[in-house]
Amino acid sequence: MMKLWLRRHLSALVALSPALLIVLVVYVGCTIWSVRISLTDSHILPSDHYVGLHNYVRLLNTDRWNTSVGNLVFFGFMFIIASLVIGTLMAILMDQRIKGEALFRTIYLYPLAMSFIVTGLIWEWILQPTLGIQKMMRNFGFAHFHFDWINHSSTVLYTVAMAAVWQASGLVMAIMLAGLRGVDDEIWKAARIEGISPVRTYASIVLPMLGGAIATVTVLLALTVVRLFDLIIAMTGGGPGNASEVPAKFIYDYLFDHQDIGLATAASTLMLGFVLLFIGPWQIWQWRRDVKGAAR
Amino acid sequence: MSGLHRNGPARVAIYTCLIAMALVVLGPLYVMVITSLKHMNEISTGNILALPHVPTIAPWLVSAHKLSAGFFNSVKILIPSVIISIAVGAIAGYALQFWRLPGSNLLVLILLIGAFIPYAVFIYPMVRILAFFGLFGTLAGIVIVHTTFGLPVMTILFKNFYSSLPIELFKAARIDGAGFWRIFASIIFPMSTPIVIVAVILQVTGIWNDFLLGLVFAGRDNMPMTVELNNIVTTTTGTRFYNQDMAATILTAAVPLLVYLLSGRWFVRGITAGAVKG
Repeated sequence: MMKLWLRRHLSALVALSPALLIVLVVYVGCTIWSVRISLTDSHILPSDHYVGLHNYVRLLNTDRWNTSVGNLVFFGFMFIIASLVIGTLMAILMDQRIKGEALFRTIYLYPLAMSFIVTGLIWEWILQPTLGIQKMMRNFGFAHFHFDWINHSSTVLYTVAMAAVWQASGLVMAIMLAGLRGVDDEIWKAARIEGISPVRTYASIVLPMLGGAIATVTVLLALTVVRLFDLIIAMTGGGPGNASEVPAKFIYDYLFDHQDIGLATAASTLMLGFVLLFIGPWQIWQWRRDVKGAAR
Repeated sequence: MSGLHRNGPARVAIYTCLIAMALVVLGPLYVMVITSLKHMNEISTGNILALPHVPTIAPWLVSAHKLSAGFFNSVKILIPSVIISIAVGAIAGYALQFWRLPGSNLLVLILLIGAFIPYAVFIYPMVRILAFFGLFGTLAGIVIVHTTFGLPVMTILFKNFYSSLPIELFKAARIDGAGFWRIFASIIFPMSTPIVIVAVILQVTGIWNDFLLGLVFAGRDNMPMTVELNNIVTTTTGTRFYNQDMAATILTAAVPLLVYLLSGRWFVRGITAGAVKG
């Protein structure tokens, strides 16, 4: 019986082996290894000497790490909320039986096709006072126009968020529009008969129905936040000072420049924990729903 | 679709908003293109929005020359990475959806979560593993890395697509005695064209636009275009030639932009399909 099953499924096992290997070695193995290193006194090379939570204590006493985390949270909230609001507005406007929908869609989505390096460089130039918007307004005759947020530590994160929102709101638009198109026309008819204004219908009937789409978009945007690295490299390099440093860049710098892999892996373990805490339950919920749905 | 504002001022307001947003989205690209066609003195004295008085393509020629090595490196990385990552994902999705191996649900769960683990967690161990096999900083190494990090989304994309195919097709083929590869090659794969197109779009744009993985794993001889672009623009000291820098930036964005414009609605399908799970 076992032999027969094995013979029938041998090809399936062979076919799955590359994926299985990657999952076991990288997604499970490397994660465990990384966590393990964070508990040792590794600097340039990994060591086997366990020091408990020493690296974590060091990490939490490192100003640059705490600044990076704070920056990411601040950026994340701004970026996610602004992208959701702007993208949803775009989707609602696109949903009004407009002419030229394909053209607007093409325009709103093109930034999404570009690398964050490209987006970062573009916006760095546009926000540079001597080259971009400030210079443009002064050319138009507003001699005292002032816009140099990118050069000040208190405002630089707003400029990074601006660039990121510019790139991501098309994504929100596409997913929300797909959601809006899925709303039953009967609901609109009923709301019209009841005399409910379109604005109210959107706000209190239609958008609450799109909870799933909003959750999906939020998860995707959150993923962009956690991975934030390229945009910072291209736009600000983490500056001025540490004002736009982020955890992914902290980890990169401590791995390759400072060669303090104990501290870097402690940082990456904290990020991992943070992601698992937020994404884990959501993905497990989806997975369980799928497993149940597949049991036909 | 509400379609409530058929006429009147509301319509005007809707189109005004749509056009205003379109201008904001297009603005940066417009500035890039016109600036790349200007001479440096015009950039420092003129208006950023003004068309070039004396257009020049010289900056484009300089940038194309500087970036040509990066361009070909990206192509070298892109082609095998796209083919292998899609092949691995398609076969894994097929095996997981139709062959019900023990533990396959757990594998799917790990992939669903793995898609969200920050790269930073894997970088150091992967550098060590690839170095151990002599693959760190090689073309084979970066292709393995792209295949690895493409695996969750590719597998789930194909698995979801296959779950929408009628299972009777598969069952009938099993009864006829067809095996794993036979069913895949003659029934399942020929039906996969739409999802393969979506996967190609996702992987071509994703891998072309990658920066971090190329920076760490590709090695000096295989630096992809994004890394070279960043090196050219951000590490140059002395006078900055904005026209050349902007031409270089447009050249780097050209491949994914072209894919986007040619694929049209497929691109939208790709991002929404990739968005549903993983």
